[in-house]
Amino acid sequence: MSTLSIQNLAVVVGEQQILKGVDLEISSGQVHAVMGPNGAGKSTLSNVIMGKPGYQITSGSIELDGRDLSSLPTWERAQAGLFLAMQYPTEVPGVSVRETLELALRSRGADHIDVASRLDEEADQIGLPKELLERALNVDFSGGEKKRNETAQLAVLTPEIAVLDELDSGLDIDALRACAERIEAMTNDGLGVLCITHYHRLLDHLIADYVHILVDGQIVESGGPELAQELEDDGYSRFVDADEETAGVSVAIGGRSETKNAAVSDSEDPFADPLA
Amino acid sequence: MAPTITGPFGKPEQVNLIGSSAFLGRRQEAEKSAAQRGMPSFEEELWRYTPIGDLDPSKYRLDAPGGSIADVGLTKGIENEAAAIIEVADGQIVSTVINDEAIQVHSEGTEMENAVGSVIPIGTDFFTDCNLSYCTAPLVIEIARNSVVASPILVRQHTTTSEIVWFPRLVVQLGENSEATVVEHQASPFINALVCPVNEIKVAQAARLKYLTVQEHGPALWQISTQVAEVQRDAHVALSQVALGGSYARARIDTQMAGKGSSGEISAIYFGRENAQHDFRTFQKHEAPHTNSNLLFKGVVDDDSRAIYTGLIRIEAEAGDVNAFQTNRTLKLSESAWAESVPNLEIENNDVKCSHASAVGPIDEEQKFYLESRGVPTDIAEALVVKGFFADVLEGLPSRPIAQAIDGRIDQLVALDKERL
Repeated sequence: MSTLSIQNLAVVVGEQQILKGVDLEISSGQVHAVMGPNGAGKSTLSNVIMGKPGYQITSGSIELDGRDLSSLPTWERAQAGLFLAMQYPTEVPGVSVRETLELALRSRGADHIDVASRLDEEADQIGLPKELLERALNVDFSGGEKKRNETAQLAVLTPEIAVLDELDSGLDIDALRACAERIEAMTNDGLGVLCITHYHRLLDHLIADYVHILVDGQIVESGGPELAQELEDDGYSRFVDADEETAGVSVAIGGRSETKNAAVSDSEDPFADPLA
Repeated sequence: MAPTITGPFGKPEQVNLIGSSAFLGRRQEAEKSAAQRGMPSFEEELWRYTPIGDLDPSKYRLDAPGGSIADVGLTKGIENEAAAIIEVADGQIVSTVINDEAIQVHSEGTEMENAVGSVIPIGTDFFTDCNLSYCTAPLVIEIARNSVVASPILVRQHTTTSEIVWFPRLVVQLGENSEATVVEHQASPFINALVCPVNEIKVAQAARLKYLTVQEHGPALWQISTQVAEVQRDAHVALSQVALGGSYARARIDTQMAGKGSSGEISAIYFGRENAQHDFRTFQKHEAPHTNSNLLFKGVVDDDSRAIYTGLIRIEAEAGDVNAFQTNRTLKLSESAWAESVPNLEIENNDVKCSHASAVGPIDEEQKFYLESRGVPTDIAEALVVKGFFADVLEGLPSRPIAQAIDGRIDQLVALDKERL
């Protein structure tokens, strides 16, 4: 049983305060969805949890089972049991996923895992062409292949808690279903998930136990899956203060109208890219 | 009349400059040309950013004592599959083995004398002139027309004697519709010496040449090299350089797309450590229509090392329907390392597609973060990113075994020791 505990987390990027005191607690087997309009700080939250350079924590803590991660380098957070599935997985020329995971597992002392055969199994299960396992990471991968590849890595690395940053962006419905179902199965084996998303469609396949609404760097409401349904129906209007004059809100209003458009196009064309 | 050896170099005890009287006359003419021109200065555009002002030629004795092939380095094992092995050390030919009847090697006589200077004329520059004057072991490799030499031709050019200067001269001529691969290995131990190789390449109509130069000089040696390839109608040349050593290692590389439909790929990998200085000057000259050239140079500067790249794409007025590209990227791994990249275009024709791109920068943070987010420790992640940076150039190298050996050497250079984990 593991718990990722985020308390009163405030983060500055450059001069700008992006997160303004976020509290979240994710335990093994749970799926937490953090939803919010564009500019709310969703990607900042996922990046800062993983320790990406460029984000400054001004207050609060990120703890995994009581161990403070906030001053650790990224790789130590990963070895401690965190995983980040990236919104836009980076292309890494000349380095294959197999080599990466072998080095990652060997350096955390998990030599007993046969990476090549585990990756083969996961690639089969998730529908990732096996030749991609030997090719340069994410180079010339389609959107769906990138997210399938992230999911296969997640399954081989078996972290305690996975952060999914917009797993549903840039992939078609088949890929989305394959990834979501694989992750759902992992939660049954104890994986805790923090699923960051703008849209509802991922949650049709990966059922959230808890839904949190992030607006302008703060969690403004938490609830059960019904909250995600409300967003699907009404957008973020209820959570955005139209009179507030900060830059973050004007972005949020843009996000709301986008949400409605996307909801319509989603039902018409399940393959439509919501970011298009 | 032979050259009088009045150049700026240290005086030899005895140097045997071979050749007919006509050839000796050309040698003398080249010597005069070099004397008139004098040593280059860093104020000349072609020598900008270089330490050429630090070169005191009188400290190097013009000599050709001969030597032995010491360390075969990255070419280890290639001899087993080579179509020919030619070894030259300290100005003398050590051995010549030819295993393919399509290959002819000339080190004297009319064939040698006609070939030497056929691509690089007298007056090109100080060091090419000196090379013609003082080369003691000129070599011409000729590939018969319509023949395919499947295995690489290995040329080892080693320097093992301190305080000498010598002038390797190698001419490679591919007959019409022939095909060959040449691997040249330049190496030396930790000695003070000056080597000024000149390499002339002629690729006749529809012929295909791959030429890989692997430079593994010791850290004190200076090398100033010139390579010019003349590519005839529908012919193709691929020139690759892997530069790993030397105190100052300069390579000027010219590709002349002389015939309609000719094409060239020019690539390099360079890795600078400690105080090494790598210097590349490239010229992609398009003299005929329907010609292509694509240049990709990638390097690393670490410690206090320096790297200079300047490149020119020149398209003549009569050369329409041309594609010419030039990319140079240098990774800077330490604060005190330095690199400069200067791409240039000169285009006299409108029907061309040209691009140049150059960048000097640190390791890609996004790539490093991606690998670290999987649990790969920082130092290994950095090593993987650097290694991956070279992957596309490595993939294009003509000899698989050498490419693998270079890959292993890059592992060592970036300290990626997978077994230590």
